[in-house]
Amino acid sequence: MNTSIIIQLLRKEFILELRRKSVIAGLGLYLFSLIFICYLTFNLKENVISPYTWSALFWLTILFSVVNSVAKSFIGEKKGVFIYLYTVASPQQIIISKIIYNTLLCWLISVAGYMLFSVFIFNPVQDSVVFMAVLLLASIGFSTSLSLISGIASKANNSNVLMAVLSFPVVISILLMAVRATKNALDGIDRAASTDELLNLLAINCIAGALGYILFPYIWRS
Amino acid sequence: MKVWLKVIAVLLLVYVHTAGLLMDVPRLNILNETVRALYFHVPMWFGMVLLYLMSVYYAIRYLKNPTPEFDVKSVAYAHVGTAFGILGMITGMLWANYTWGSPWHGDPKQNGAAIALLVYLAYFVLRGSLDNEEQRARLSGVYNIFAFAAMIPLIFIIPRLTSSMHPGSGGNPGFNAYDLDSRMRLVFYPAVIAWFLIGLWIVSLRVRIKKLEEKIIERE
Repeated sequence: MNTSIIIQLLRKEFILELRRKSVIAGLGLYLFSLIFICYLTFNLKENVISPYTWSALFWLTILFSVVNSVAKSFIGEKKGVFIYLYTVASPQQIIISKIIYNTLLCWLISVAGYMLFSVFIFNPVQDSVVFMAVLLLASIGFSTSLSLISGIASKANNSNVLMAVLSFPVVISILLMAVRATKNALDGIDRAASTDELLNLLAINCIAGALGYILFPYIWRS
Repeated sequence: MKVWLKVIAVLLLVYVHTAGLLMDVPRLNILNETVRALYFHVPMWFGMVLLYLMSVYYAIRYLKNPTPEFDVKSVAYAHVGTAFGILGMITGMLWANYTWGSPWHGDPKQNGAAIALLVYLAYFVLRGSLDNEEQRARLSGVYNIFAFAAMIPLIFIIPRLTSSMHPGSGGNPGFNAYDLDSRMRLVFYPAVIAWFLIGLWIVSLRVRIKKLEEKIIERE
């Protein structure tokens, strides 16, 4: 497999993303509005919400923003772009470049979400190293599974609704693991206690990645 | 499906229902007579997982060699698997009502099973929203495989990691550990086989109906 094509595809994604600033700004605004709604509805007091409510709110916010941002990796692309990509790259190269790009995007969204949460609500995280590791692993998981599902949903009629319906059951196992590891990070307990959850997340990521790599060519061929 | 298999399935089910309801069961605290749920609830989940496994098997075969027949079989298995899952859910809730005190206890095993059903309902939604038959078969096949792999940790791994009151997970011993004595095995194993055979029978009927429908459309 040719890595230079993957790098070229990644460059294309970044250039396009930087050129369409409105899309990035839209995503940022979406995240900001979600967090602001959380802040307003829970009525600002630090002691009103417990760290566990914080973690639930945080992961819900991240889930919704991530599904919306990864969804557009295949949904809404013009047909011509697909045909062009078909001629210049193999499906494996395309899915790998999409996964890498979406991982970065998800990671950026979750870190930005974390920052906004600590500014507006509060920051209950005691072990930030573990928490960052959870964010990174969850981002990889979200991007691997959602990229493939975005590819499936893009072929259907009502793709935006379908994206949510298809993706939520699939990402729940990633989300559950992430929430459990977050709980450890919130309590600040010994790091050795979280390794299990992190390894599980990594294992789920590997399964999702391998399946995405094997199955994507079948979606692409049409 | 062979006729003798159908006969065996029916005879076994008659046996399971009479023996399962009348035969003596071990006396256990809390469980009491509800232990008989083992004969009806557990085979549903065994059947569901096996039927989903068959569905994935035909999805893989379809992707390797796209013939409409594999797709028809894959959907039929998924349909019947979902029916088994819903029945398993209902029988489980009935059992939970008497042993745990409420039908829905938020047990990890229950939640995992509910999500597994959601996955396959999403699969049917996906099939409904694709018009082109060839595309529908291919994309839903891909989703089938992906969703099955995502479902495995939900049903088999996560409930074992957390504390769960379901027998067989979270440190709770399964029936094996303390009471599945030879009398219960005598009913339990035939029950699993019989329900699975019934599942296969329904699948074969569904596949035949689908084939006949296609023939009628061709005639017209």
